[in-house]
Amino acid sequence: MPKSLFEKVWDAHAVRNLANGQTQLLIGTHLIHEVTSPQAFGMLRDLNLPVLMPTRTFATVDHIVPTDQFVEPYADPLAQAMMDELRKNCADNNVTFFDRESGKQGIVHIVGPEQGITQPGTTIACGDSHTSTHGAFGAIAFGIGTTQIRDVLATQTMALGKLKVRRIEVNGQLHPGVYAKDVILHVIAQLGVNGGTGYAYEFAGTLFDSFTMEQRMTVCNMSIEGGARVGYVNPDQTTVDYLQGRPYSPTGADWDAAVERWLGFASDPDCSYDDVVVIDAANIAPSVTWGINPGQGITIDQTIPDAAIATSDDEKSSIIEALEYMKLTPGAPIKGTPINVAFLGSCTNGRLSDFREVAKFIAGRKVADGIKAIAVPGSQIVAAQCEKEGIDKVLSEAGFEWRAAGCSMCLAMNPDKLIGDQLCASSSNRNFKGRQGSTTGRTILMSPLMVAAAAVTGHVADAREVFEVGEPVLA
Amino acid sequence: MALEKISAITGSAVYVPGNDIDTDRIIPARFMKCVTFDGLGEYLFYDVRKDADGNDRTHPLNDERFKSATILLSGANFGCGSSREHAPQAIQKYGFRGVVAENFAEIFFGNCTTLGIPCAVAARADIAKVAAAIEANPAVEVTIDVDAQAVRFGDDSIPAEIRGSARDALLNGRWDAIAELHEGVPQVQTVAAVLPYMAT
Repeated sequence: MPKSLFEKVWDAHAVRNLANGQTQLLIGTHLIHEVTSPQAFGMLRDLNLPVLMPTRTFATVDHIVPTDQFVEPYADPLAQAMMDELRKNCADNNVTFFDRESGKQGIVHIVGPEQGITQPGTTIACGDSHTSTHGAFGAIAFGIGTTQIRDVLATQTMALGKLKVRRIEVNGQLHPGVYAKDVILHVIAQLGVNGGTGYAYEFAGTLFDSFTMEQRMTVCNMSIEGGARVGYVNPDQTTVDYLQGRPYSPTGADWDAAVERWLGFASDPDCSYDDVVVIDAANIAPSVTWGINPGQGITIDQTIPDAAIATSDDEKSSIIEALEYMKLTPGAPIKGTPINVAFLGSCTNGRLSDFREVAKFIAGRKVADGIKAIAVPGSQIVAAQCEKEGIDKVLSEAGFEWRAAGCSMCLAMNPDKLIGDQLCASSSNRNFKGRQGSTTGRTILMSPLMVAAAAVTGHVADAREVFEVGEPVLA
Repeated sequence: MALEKISAITGSAVYVPGNDIDTDRIIPARFMKCVTFDGLGEYLFYDVRKDADGNDRTHPLNDERFKSATILLSGANFGCGSSREHAPQAIQKYGFRGVVAENFAEIFFGNCTTLGIPCAVAARADIAKVAAAIEANPAVEVTIDVDAQAVRFGDDSIPAEIRGSARDALLNGRWDAIAELHEGVPQVQTVAAVLPYMAT
């Protein structure tokens, strides 16, 4: 019987049925970081259980690392304590730790792929909801809580109910100036922030076939913002090419066997889905959020919604709440909204191609007066490559602060934070109230080039106009 | 270690209205700078409960009438966003033992179940009935009946679904899966042995 990738990977990793009807699922690859793992190691100690398969867990440090301080101890003793705890837990349990000294540290969802640890047909778990990123490789990757981290450390498995699969097929080509970020913001705005609950999203269609791995990662990364715990793209030659020669990729005869196996995990053409959504790529425009969840998005040419457009009391109250928090005027164009901060980075858009694209257009331009602009590479390897290509210089000359790798201002568990009600044009993934470190701070999510356009103009702007990208497209 | 069989949670309740209440709202990220979950309870809903100077804002959790509540009622898509278990841990450490909402974000739901916190799904109009009852009498006894899949309050009752595997896990004291997962380790080794990537 034809099967989807999700079913194939699930079946290959199902250990047994549990009494409550869930499945004990083997988690082949476990990624950990400093925020959600210390308590799990503590639970393990309390139960006197060892880490079952230490070689299948990989650690890095990302959320709390300062991006402007390289030497420990960190100024924040709490951050240092988390760092120390992770280092000790890895050493005590023989877990590989990609720390700053390794030169391979970075945001966990950037490190896994660039090391070749993230592979097709595998199951991956990490105590972080953006673990869905790894689905770009045709892995089934779950964000999990700390008790489940304990379960994976102790048994290399967790208890899970099977998800349904929704195929989101996007066909055609994107207009110039429209990016992978716009695709996922479009999907979330269309299907809602909880439309994916209970589903794995399979991203498919000719657009995804043509996408690079980094573009696929940006889309899969934000599956969870649409409520889908898992998002994936079927593996193909693009996936294989990306993985060739990576430190943890198989070599020699093992490589050939792996490639054959990997490609075999792709969904069978005639498999059935629980739901199918078809989108025309040509209908996607540069998108920005205006509210306090990632589904509250519009295209750059649209106006800020008025509660009067609401089709339900619920929608009405959420529009009112969002507008009040965001201090935006209903009916006004979003374009022209003044910003205070521009943030380039995060596990959504902190990869080499993101910085390359910005550098290509921002060269010779300047960040507007009074705007704080920071560019934070997603990993030390991304940073090193950007520095090799001179991208750091282009961004610095434009007025961006070039920082060290980390999660930075995406969630502000480190010194990078908004102050007061500053408004941030951000390439990150969440615009929740207080997300960027100030209880009144405001976030507008957008693609990296749109962040650059906002930085140079000082307000929310259409990157296609600011940087003369391709032909202007009417929304 | 035998786990408690959770067939019902009884206590007073508080209603925190709103949809899409995300985990950053439940526990702001800055309070996750910790290596244990101890002490998270006091930071539950911190930024909506407290102003910039740490003074109480108007919030149901700051209302003296609901201070002893052990059941939390809310709206749709409760617990969306991050996978941080700090959110259900904060809810539990604050003193809540069960949550009733229109629906729950998936990772949050799983995290709650693993901690033995029943998450019951009820219709909006029904939640409004319970909310009205506790507003009229904050001391009214509310019960999340896991077995019967209902929320009882006073003489009234509403249907409240607890998804199949979670209900079974709570009722049979299997909500923390570790013991059962650990029993399966020999089979885990067998499944892993045929997956080439697990050999490295």
